[in-house]
Amino acid sequence: MIELRGVGVRYAGASRPSLRDADLRIEEGELVLVVGPTGSGKSTLLRTLNGLVPHFSGGTLTGSVIVGGRDTREHRPRDLADLVGFVVQDPSSAFVTDTVEDEIAYGMETLGIEPAAMRRRVEETLDIMGLAELRDRGLRELSGGQQQRVAIAAVLAAGPRVLVLDEPTSALDPVAAEEVLAALHRLVHDLGYTVVLAEHRLERVVQHADRIVLVRDGVVSALLDPAEAMALSPVHPPIVELGRRMGWSPLPLTIRDARRRAGSLRARLSAIESPTPSRRVWHDITDESTGPDAVVAVDRLVVRRGIVEALAGVSVAVGAGSVTAVMGRNGAGKSTLLAALAGQLPCTSGDVRVGVGSPRRLAPRDRVRVVGLVPQDPDLLLYADSVAAECRAADRDFGASAGATRALLARIAGEVDDDRHPRDLSEGQRLALALSIILAGRPQVVLLDEPTRGLDYPAKRRLVGVLRDLAHDGHTVVVATHDVELVAEVAQRVIVLADGEVVVDGPVHEVLTGSPAFAPQVAKILHPLPLLTVADVSAALVPAS
Amino acid sequence: MWGVGLATASAHTTNPWLLVLVIAVAGWAVLERREVGALDSFRPFLIVGLVAIGLRVALTILLGNGVPGQVVIVELPQLRLPAWFAGLRLGGQVTLESVVAAGIDGLRLATTLACLGAANALASPRRLLRYAPATLYDIGTAVVVALTFAPALVDLAGRVRSARRLRGHSGTGVRELARLAVPVLEGALDRSLDLAASMESRGYGRTAVRGRRERAAGSALALTGACGSVAGLFGVLSASVGGWLGLPMLAGGLGLLATSLVLGSRRDARTAYRRDPWRAAEWATCALGLLPAVVLVHAEADAWPGITITQVPLDLPPLPALPALTIVAAVLVAWVTPVPPRLARARDTVLPTRLETA
Repeated sequence: MIELRGVGVRYAGASRPSLRDADLRIEEGELVLVVGPTGSGKSTLLRTLNGLVPHFSGGTLTGSVIVGGRDTREHRPRDLADLVGFVVQDPSSAFVTDTVEDEIAYGMETLGIEPAAMRRRVEETLDIMGLAELRDRGLRELSGGQQQRVAIAAVLAAGPRVLVLDEPTSALDPVAAEEVLAALHRLVHDLGYTVVLAEHRLERVVQHADRIVLVRDGVVSALLDPAEAMALSPVHPPIVELGRRMGWSPLPLTIRDARRRAGSLRARLSAIESPTPSRRVWHDITDESTGPDAVVAVDRLVVRRGIVEALAGVSVAVGAGSVTAVMGRNGAGKSTLLAALAGQLPCTSGDVRVGVGSPRRLAPRDRVRVVGLVPQDPDLLLYADSVAAECRAADRDFGASAGATRALLARIAGEVDDDRHPRDLSEGQRLALALSIILAGRPQVVLLDEPTRGLDYPAKRRLVGVLRDLAHDGHTVVVATHDVELVAEVAQRVIVLADGEVVVDGPVHEVLTGSPAFAPQVAKILHPLPLLTVADVSAALVPAS
Repeated sequence: MWGVGLATASAHTTNPWLLVLVIAVAGWAVLERREVGALDSFRPFLIVGLVAIGLRVALTILLGNGVPGQVVIVELPQLRLPAWFAGLRLGGQVTLESVVAAGIDGLRLATTLACLGAANALASPRRLLRYAPATLYDIGTAVVVALTFAPALVDLAGRVRSARRLRGHSGTGVRELARLAVPVLEGALDRSLDLAASMESRGYGRTAVRGRRERAAGSALALTGACGSVAGLFGVLSASVGGWLGLPMLAGGLGLLATSLVLGSRRDARTAYRRDPWRAAEWATCALGLLPAVVLVHAEADAWPGITITQVPLDLPPLPALPALTIVAAVLVAWVTPVPPRLARARDTVLPTRLETA
């Protein structure tokens, strides 16, 4: 179906090629997962498949890409639209029309399909993707998962045989992600579509993949068997890490397989008396946070946005030196809670206290000393045209000593080139830069909104280290995220929101192990043991051996 | 069409009763027939209209507008301006008549805006695009992308502003605005690139196979047609040019344009999904909007009493019967047209519950 022969890509002005000598042959009806660290060339590889590289992006393509017998050198992306459907990372920025039905019909209109056939296909596509109920809804009213499904439906309706998706689940909560992946799985297994997708959240997709392609520094591996690929890959989900640590071969990739293998491990672990994970115990945290020492205190907070009650009477208290995770569906009110804590939004009723008083009462200049928020899109904080200039501006903004921000950045992200434009940095480096800027104000409370979007595992590991250090230094850290693995690594306490209300508030072990949607992989494998991460398991095993 | 008709009507009268009537009609139609979840563009247009009235009155108080009057409200200190500011004065007498005249002027503008707002709220610009001939599709698409882009830009600007506050800036003031420009524009650019990539990969701009010569011929035809129409229009409008240049030129130019449009549409391979049929309701809507426009244009030309009112001497204007009736008739669209599907469903579910509680 797809054939790449000696494909290389070099963008204009780039010192080295983004892709080198890629040879691939993808058969029909396969779900191929492209795995690699950020900036390794995954997106470039995907974009060659429908000709966006080089027709749209510029640059030079060597070798040839042949999809369904058509060579992308002679066919522009628009001429391949009936063969390859391409779904970009952020579906909301790619919608052309404004209602679900029109969006699905748009691709067929440009292809000139007969109105009668078009009508039939719209109905069929609505059913395949489970969107019939939403057909006349406005695209902006939809949740992230629904938008992603509409984006897939919209390319699907044009009748392609190949679907290419760039990080389809990274912005979604675990349940919505499962929805999208289930839909893709059905397309491959029931209808024989060929699907190629790139994703950082391997814990979500690895078990669905038929084949895996590893990409590293522009070098593309052959099509590998998933277990084989995971044994080699520098980026891998916790299940693989556990498997490697335990020396399981072949590596299990699904929770079911891993649980079968883990019988003896579970027996060994439960024999050890109460495996205490290496973190602070729950009652310490509650004592601190409920007392008058609480750094963050929210009392019956109601925030209304338009006619929607984004927060409906939330009461939360958080103590110093802790990491708290706020979880919940897309649109449950996580971002609103963080924005209210940062004094960005007026409260409709109720009370927010951060540090000594309400953040809304402080002038922005003083507010940043008390509470700092890293927004979901860190680009919003970056204005300068080089990393060095950005750091100098931050020093000025926060009245920090010269070079303070730069030093923070070096500590968080390691080596970063001073002259790079902030927008040219990788996702992880941009997040690190935004975080250093916020930290330059030395706020008591640090809030992070969805920090792991687009981060690969090494970048995530570094973030975990930074957050732990922050808590250790006495900062109060609150993270809103969908990433259960991050929560399992770093948080002591989890607050789950649904429809603007607190549903669960408890220690991370209880909340995560008890929930089918929010349980991390290790917890699922070792259930009912209260272990969440591979590090927990290793720590528990050390005294035993 | 309905909105444009009403707007034309309002531009041809200075009678405040008629103007208020037009706004009321537009507002009623919006309340009755706006689809659930559609952009509420009527309200912002109304607000802009109110601002226009206020601004017009304030400027008149400050600068005067040359309407002579007898009733002096206040005497502002007049500033002596250099002679080359001929005709301009600052301060001085403020007469009731001039203020009223300014208010009515503002009201006229506000009415026009309200009509456009109502039209915008009632009909999605994208749906209008479906009626455009295929050759104009490109221009139409650009317009629609721009229309949807503006709200996105405003949204982005708001987010960047609140992010500025995270860095300890107030987010207000001229220097701050200049700083906002860079991230907002960069973000907007990223977005439009994404949109363009998505449109490209979904087959936008695919056309049936056709030769380079045919395409060039089409463009040349359209260009000549456009030039001809413009020249013809100029000939018709200006008396100094001989009559032979006027009408025939205009007709010829328009003819060429139409031919190029037809040729272009035939080449176009695109099809439309569920094209909205043009039925009696649509005809009725157009007619109801055009009726007041026609009546009022006539009324102004024939100087019917009560259409163009005089501010001096000040008097409560009468309400002319026929124009008022035609405007009121325009509100019939609220019943002539079918209820949009989702609004209908919402009403079906809301009404019974209301009855039960009553």
